Amino acid sequence: MGLLSGKATCNTHGQDSSYFLGWQEYEKNPYDEVQNPTGIIQMGLAENQLSFDLLESWLDRNPDAAGFKRDGQSIFRELALFQDYHGLPAFKKALVEFMSEIRGNKVTFDTSKIVLTAGATSANETLMFCLAEPGEAFLLPTPYYPGFDRDLKWRTGVEIVPIQCTSLNGFQITETAIEEAYQLAQKRHLKVKGVLVTNPSNPLGTTMSRNELNLLVNIITEKNIHLISDEIYSGTVFSSPGFVSIMEILKDRNCENTQVWNRVHIVYSLSKDLGLPGFRVGAIYSNDDMVVAAATKMSSFGLVSSQTQYLLSALLSDKKFTQNYISENKKRLKQRHRKLVSGLEKAGISCLKSNAGLFCWVDMRHLLRSNTFEAEMELWKKIVYDVKLNISPGSSCHCTEPGWFRVCFANMSEDTLKLSMQRLKAFVDSITTTLHNQSNHQSIKNSRRRSLTKWVFRLSFDDRVTGER
Amino acid sequence: MLSRIASCDSHGQDSSYFLGWEAYENNPYDQLHNPSGIIQMGLAENQLSFDLLESWLASNQEAVELKRNGESLFRELALFQDYHGFPDAKKELVKLMARIRGNKVKFDPNKLVLTAGSTAANETLMFCLADPGDAFLLPTPYYPGFDRDLKWRPGVEIVPIHCSSSNGFRITISALENAYQQAQTLNLKVKGVLITNPSNPLGTAMTHQELNHLINFSKSKRIHIVSDEIYSGTVFDSPSSSFISIMEAVMDRNIDESDDLWSRIHIVYSLSKDFSMPGFRVGMIYSNNERVVSAATKMSSFGLVSSQTQYLLSRMLSDKKFTCNYMKENRKRLRKRKEMLVSGLKVAGIRCLKSNAGLFCWVDMRHLLVSNTFEAEKELWKKIIFEVGLNISPGSSCHCNEPGWFRICFANITEETLQVALQRIKVFAQSCNPQMLLLQRRSIIGKWISKLSSSSSYDQEPDR
Repeated sequence: MGLLSGKATCNTHGQDSSYFLGWQEYEKNPYDEVQNPTGIIQMGLAENQLSFDLLESWLDRNPDAAGFKRDGQSIFRELALFQDYHGLPAFKKALVEFMSEIRGNKVTFDTSKIVLTAGATSANETLMFCLAEPGEAFLLPTPYYPGFDRDLKWRTGVEIVPIQCTSLNGFQITETAIEEAYQLAQKRHLKVKGVLVTNPSNPLGTTMSRNELNLLVNIITEKNIHLISDEIYSGTVFSSPGFVSIMEILKDRNCENTQVWNRVHIVYSLSKDLGLPGFRVGAIYSNDDMVVAAATKMSSFGLVSSQTQYLLSALLSDKKFTQNYISENKKRLKQRHRKLVSGLEKAGISCLKSNAGLFCWVDMRHLLRSNTFEAEMELWKKIVYDVKLNISPGSSCHCTEPGWFRVCFANMSEDTLKLSMQRLKAFVDSITTTLHNQSNHQSIKNSRRRSLTKWVFRLSFDDRVTGER
Repeated sequence: MLSRIASCDSHGQDSSYFLGWEAYENNPYDQLHNPSGIIQMGLAENQLSFDLLESWLASNQEAVELKRNGESLFRELALFQDYHGFPDAKKELVKLMARIRGNKVKFDPNKLVLTAGSTAANETLMFCLADPGDAFLLPTPYYPGFDRDLKWRPGVEIVPIHCSSSNGFRITISALENAYQQAQTLNLKVKGVLITNPSNPLGTAMTHQELNHLINFSKSKRIHIVSDEIYSGTVFDSPSSSFISIMEAVMDRNIDESDDLWSRIHIVYSLSKDFSMPGFRVGMIYSNNERVVSAATKMSSFGLVSSQTQYLLSRMLSDKKFTCNYMKENRKRLRKRKEMLVSGLKVAGIRCLKSNAGLFCWVDMRHLLVSNTFEAEKELWKKIIFEVGLNISPGSSCHCNEPGWFRICFANITEETLQVALQRIKVFAQSCNPQMLLLQRRSIIGKWISKLSSSSSYDQEPDR
């Protein structure tokens, strides 16, 4: 008889994927401007480190918030004892108002429909437990965040069936792709319970178009399934076309109080927008009372520390602060994004045109030895070990086309970013030189031509992939 | 449309344990505003020592300002989401755990996994040790929350190890064997035993004998022992070394390091009871089994402790002087408060199980039952809530197999409130059918006399 459970002994936690292995290499040899200038630069971590000064100065001006005080009075006892899974009312109120603000106040949220969880990781898993049985499936557009393989599948037993998106149309979701995913699920004898999308997308860094969102509403209406919209990057949208939440679409279509209204659920977190992943603040928002009720009870397994709830309720209730933070944060993200894109350009590398997130979806297909995932792995290893940049290979995000990489830009200083681009350029130049000197330079010319052709083709097809050219 | 677990009621939220809370919420006692309201005695919280915590905070602002030696750690903490936990926090927690066990056991921070409360810890251990449909044996009476924490999402079954008042609810070999048989009959694979030591709701620390029974049982059936020791810091009799951790018990058996029994011993701990911080969600799993530590660590992603909180407690617990003094003073206050409850109940002719730990007493109200049935217990309980105005927990909600026992908490209210509660109980007890009471008293006296001549599991007045 097995001593441990199946879950403890399997590897569905996905921890052995390259996504995590790259991190391990970085841990062994981390870059430090002074101590280890030749170390690996971490560009695989989607963290927002650009606006801490704003948070820190708010904390300095508002010591009561972290000091367990309200109007000068200690509320330590009250907070230390507060473990109500309905959450601290003041915090929920501040949070839903913040979420509304991020959506340009085009939608409002109801505090009775929000469930607090220890991070979006917990929120997503909890939703799976609520919406699907073990063995049932959710459809996810590729490429997607590698952590979903653990969060959605591991302890819940839910399966993921990919909606294959491709660079032909900037990785947008199409009706065909969804239908094909459905077929695939049927073939695997899997009952589809819903679709989960990340909007803005990780790893693409793009906001979903109204077309895509409408398509999703059509599909879930027709198939009578759920839609989970993980909107944890909603506060990182730094340029047009701007963020359109699924809630806005439903409102526009007068779906309030219809059946489909109850099947749309949003996941949020303060990890990306506010840069506070350590504080474990996530949320589920659902119009379905039963989902809210079940998720609330399940949140017992991952409540947000009341100490943290209180601190953030004070922070987010300061509207002057939040307004300024949201706009300043976007400004900085936009600037940093531009720096990455132009740095890549100088190295002859383009990315998917993006307007959100903490990363770019970078096209390195022209640097592949061959159009295969083996070649992608080879290139990735070179970049990690030789160029010393930890970036995330597209295969770890289940991308169907080899050669794409996610490169983060908001988790390091500007100087470090600059250095990383210099290293990358040097690497690309060296490859080009090497390849040029090899006898197969003709085939390289051909493949370059092909790539060039592809780019030209894309220029005429869709504006999205051309970056800031 | 929703999953089975979302739509069913295995979360146990409809049990009387929670319904009593609702009654209280609708009519809560307040000395000034609602002096005839219901007094909450169903909440195992420790509210006796906040002044100590608050005064520490007042002199250690850095811990909340997220600073260290004047330097801000905000950025570092805001980003810290490593599921291996804040090293200083783990270091201090294992030291605390050792201290609570009189330093007879040492703990390794690398074997500690932090979780958002012991609720998360227990559920996580189930996910690691059992497959859906497997079973864990639990001695009754047990904490009602286990029905949700162990069963709901992991799909694990609980098979009770029936304990009875005839021996002070101690675990016996035959009770263990019976439970195991019962599981076989139900076609359930037993993966382990889960004990709470000190016990909730009994308030007693396990004896050496009980622990040895468990160890033998685990060896012979090759199953796990999960020891939920969240009340280990509340053992208030002296010497406080009357608390024996499962780790100590295994050590005392001189079992070889290579024996795989070690890999089947796991401890759950939390700061919710000892340090009165249930809101901060600080729980942990300690296991000698590397694979369990590894799997549980990854699973803790679903319920990490806020780094803001990890920093606070790392600072607080590193203050050894404070921590030792706190634990000592806290125990003193708990003991005093327990004695107040016990003697107050005695005046009302009500006895409790002799206890040396916890935040509650296990109270014997069998003599107040109209009949020896759970229906009668429910009737009595409703009377106590709605007529007497006390929310206490009926034994049936803790799966006790003898009607008439109740858990009454003493550490979550003020001394004044406790006096009010005791007064109400006295009045109620006196008002119960005098005739029946007389008859019952006579038969109980008979029982007491015979017990006095054997051993007493009832709580005596101190200093006797």
